[in-house]
Amino acid sequence: MRYLPLTDVDRRDMLARIGAKSVDELFRDVPQSARLGAKVAGLPDHQGELEVERAFQAFAAKNVSPAVAPFFIGAGAYRHHVPATVDYMIQRGEFLTSYTPYQPEITQGTLQYLFEFQTQVTLLTGMEVANASMYDGSTGAAEAVLMANRVTRRHKALISGGLHPHYRGVIQTAARWEGFSAQVGTPDVDGLEDLIAGIDKETSCVVMQNPSFFGHVRDFAKLADACHAAGALLIVVVTEVVSLGLIKPPGEMGADIVVCEGQSIGNGLGFGGPYVGLFATKEKYMRQMPGRLVGETVDADGKRGFVLTLSTREQHIRREKATSNICTNAGLCALAFTVHLTLLGEAGLRRLAELNHAKASQLADLLAAVPGVKVLNQSFFNEFTVRLPKPAAPVVEALASKRILAGVPVSRLIPDDPAVANLLLLAATETATDAGMAPLVAGLKEVL
Amino acid sequence: MSTFTGNKALQIEEPLIFEMGQAGRCAVDLPEPPKVKDRLNGLRRAGEIGLPGLSEPQVVQHYTRLSQKNYAIDMGVYPLGSCTMKHNPRLNEKVARLPGIGDLHPLQPQSTVQGALELIDQLAHWLKTLTGMPAVAMSPAAGAHGEMCGMMTIAAALEARGERAQRKTVLAPESAHGTNPATAASLGFTVKPIPANERGRVDLAALKAALGPDVAAIMLTNPNTCGLFENEIIDIAQAVHDAGAYFYCDGANFNAIVGRVRPGDLGVDCMHINLHKTFSTPHGGGGPGAGPVVLSAALAPHAPYPWVVRDGEKWRIAEDGSTVTGAPIGRLKAFHGQTGMFTRALAYIMSHGADGLKQVAEDAVLSANYIMAALKDVMTPAFDGPCMHEALFDDGFLKDTGVSTLDFAKAMIDEGYHPMTMYFPLVVHGALLIEPTESQAKEDLDLFIAALRSLAERAKSGAEAEAFKAAPRFAPRRRLDETLAARKPVLRWRPSNTFKQAAE
Amino acid sequence: MADVKYTNEHEWIRVDGDVGTIGITNYAQEQLGDVVFVDVPQVGRNVTKGESIAVVESVKAASDIFAPVSGEIVEANGALTDSPGDVNAEPMGKGWFFKIRLSNKSELVGLMDEAAYNTFVKGLG
Repeated sequence: MRYLPLTDVDRRDMLARIGAKSVDELFRDVPQSARLGAKVAGLPDHQGELEVERAFQAFAAKNVSPAVAPFFIGAGAYRHHVPATVDYMIQRGEFLTSYTPYQPEITQGTLQYLFEFQTQVTLLTGMEVANASMYDGSTGAAEAVLMANRVTRRHKALISGGLHPHYRGVIQTAARWEGFSAQVGTPDVDGLEDLIAGIDKETSCVVMQNPSFFGHVRDFAKLADACHAAGALLIVVVTEVVSLGLIKPPGEMGADIVVCEGQSIGNGLGFGGPYVGLFATKEKYMRQMPGRLVGETVDADGKRGFVLTLSTREQHIRREKATSNICTNAGLCALAFTVHLTLLGEAGLRRLAELNHAKASQLADLLAAVPGVKVLNQSFFNEFTVRLPKPAAPVVEALASKRILAGVPVSRLIPDDPAVANLLLLAATETATDAGMAPLVAGLKEVL
Repeated sequence: MSTFTGNKALQIEEPLIFEMGQAGRCAVDLPEPPKVKDRLNGLRRAGEIGLPGLSEPQVVQHYTRLSQKNYAIDMGVYPLGSCTMKHNPRLNEKVARLPGIGDLHPLQPQSTVQGALELIDQLAHWLKTLTGMPAVAMSPAAGAHGEMCGMMTIAAALEARGERAQRKTVLAPESAHGTNPATAASLGFTVKPIPANERGRVDLAALKAALGPDVAAIMLTNPNTCGLFENEIIDIAQAVHDAGAYFYCDGANFNAIVGRVRPGDLGVDCMHINLHKTFSTPHGGGGPGAGPVVLSAALAPHAPYPWVVRDGEKWRIAEDGSTVTGAPIGRLKAFHGQTGMFTRALAYIMSHGADGLKQVAEDAVLSANYIMAALKDVMTPAFDGPCMHEALFDDGFLKDTGVSTLDFAKAMIDEGYHPMTMYFPLVVHGALLIEPTESQAKEDLDLFIAALRSLAERAKSGAEAEAFKAAPRFAPRRRLDETLAARKPVLRWRPSNTFKQAAE
Repeated sequence: MADVKYTNEHEWIRVDGDVGTIGITNYAQEQLGDVVFVDVPQVGRNVTKGESIAVVESVKAASDIFAPVSGEIVEANGALTDSPGDVNAEPMGKGWFFKIRLSNKSELVGLMDEAAYNTFVKGLG
């Protein structure tokens, strides 16, 4: 078998060296009743590369790729063009097949790119310090709430009705089992929610999203002030990180913790994962941060180098007193993010963001002209909400059968709520084209 | 002997991107955006972000030069115990990038992603069949996340029985990985240690004494973190169930038994599987991982959504409480899980098949025992008898040499190897935990063994303590000052950072 | 000369009047390695004997510090923020952590004196 270097001769020689007659002897501690004797039944045997490739091509053939259809789906994951360089760099074996940098002398490659990544995250978010990534934005958001609870010694989180429903769900699951409370607002469809009214002196944090799930762009400086006056932390979630190329960053509006989904930069859609969570905060909260941190230092020769640091917060040392049980970061996804962002640089990111906003503006104008369709947003970055004259879910299905991927019906993420049944969430990135928008508009006119 | 550049042939001293950038450089060509009226609520970003501008050749050179400072599985033996650093096949990478697989949006209409759902379901089928368990939760993003998932389902099952308030204790061996108590504590459990016997396994009598109506669960790794199979595991499971508690199994060491033993036959209620360990998805410098959790019939109803459900020849995703049957714990992550890792793991599993996977476990266990047999006269095994897929030594052989486990490990670096896991498990003094995996040719194992013999003999001569303390000498960096890094944390580049690279 | 008592968690307390100065012993600092950070309690906080009230971090470990006696925190060693290494250099001197105004002096009776503590440490091997 191509991945197994040991030959039967090798195995014989090794058994002889060990002094065992067969490999079964090495498994003698397995209870008799659990010994299968043979391979596991009901599963096929090994296959060559050709057969395996064919199996995956067969899976692929049953899917509609965004590459071949007009595509306007967002809702927390965005289709952007990733330059070819990114995929080649992350597939270098020294990056792909390396481990967590616990031996810094021979992992300076990983440590340095993570240090650069941490710096990029602070610059994007306008915050003081960032970690080396979380699994994704949603788990990062839950960890942010846990951190706010630790810092404030309070247990009540106030969740905006503009937060992505999946993120809200992850926080609610953590609340239910880890013992704190999460108050959730009604869906903030019009972007006018007043969170300040809900803050009291038991609130540990307010969690809001900008641009919101429905696309609205808001100034939350006053909300930040109200949080601080009550001794609470403001956690701001950004699910479309490219927006930070064009919109005032949360750090400049008073956020205490910023959590982003970094997928848009460097990482494809991947049917939901793996993605990369960005986590940034103020320096005074540095020791309360979950996840890994890379710090600068010197080696025995006085040369600059990088190491994992402040590890005593982490589970492998602190065990039951750890800031979190997290062991991994997003590794290669963080590398893809940082390589792509380095390719973009200041000018490239700004231009990319402008393109996104321009495409979405163009799409909004086209849709506003379709009879029965109302664009709800005064403000947006690259995603907005429209109200249709009938339920959105069947409309999206009808368009899908015409191979048009026309956004996400809000009812898919907020089921059983008649107030959102007719709402459709649409995104347009730099990958959207006139040739894609025209069929969408035509299709909508036909179906509505 | 120094050079003008500070470089040493292929080892290049590499600046940070912030020290390389220039305004006016960009490695991406994007069209001029059409002028549109701002719809940003007056919140257009003012001022510089501060990101450096580089051209594509510079970016490629920068990351290539950084990559050359890393050790990796692709370079040789990576003997990290408990991490299962096996070969990462490139076929996995190829299929993960196929159009129609790697580029799907998770919220596309379900009729347009039937192949993706079938893929996830097929992996789920393999995992359930290999473990002999009826259900699997696919969404956890990593092993620790899977532990959280498993322990939450246990909390949910206790709640459904009305016993959550009464059962607040979780039992775990002192040799457990730190994530185990961290997970239990975050769910409000108190962790009580279970002692080991002199054979390094759970002391069954002590366990039975610790079990009572206040115990929610036991968290065990099997084979355990000392590399030993818990031979009394069925009795352990029986005792735990008789006491009304649940059995969580940490599946980090599944590589020792995959394809030969089914954890379901041992009595476990849930077990997370590290796809990045047993099933070869790449470690990527620290992530991403995936930690699906197989569940017993008692815990299956509590699996977090989404659930991928098969209806004849069609698949659907049940995404929230209203569309799943049972009493799910809730949602653990946005979207569906680490599909990119599912694809890679399934390609690996299909490539090996049932026969290949059984061979994987056998070769992994054989290789670890070979190393143990070849080194036990110069190093000190922590326990007598055969090990499973990893060989554990303590620092007894270094006594009075002036060389510590840490020094020994740093000297391995100069010999061209990543050190083994050190100082874990905590129950063994100065632990050295070696896991070769099934991926190494015998010749490479022989060279590795010979190198360790040489180091052990040099250490024991008593005359080389200075040399060991000065290691590594040939790596891109010498030993780094971790105290300084923790006392004065510098976690980002700033224009005002006063440190300058020593050029010569 | 103020009397120094010890706990089996390797803390010392030096009482002068009704204020006790608390730190960790030389054995403790040796076990920890280079101290990188000390998280000291807030001045004004009331603590109970046995309560976990501070954390001392080194590169490889983090240890909880438990109040050897009950009382009110009246002073914390601010110098440790910039020089956590003082704990390693002079654990019984400038490496002190905080001072407590004792609310119940009888709690000192159960603590070890220097000779008893030294015997205790020898027994740890």
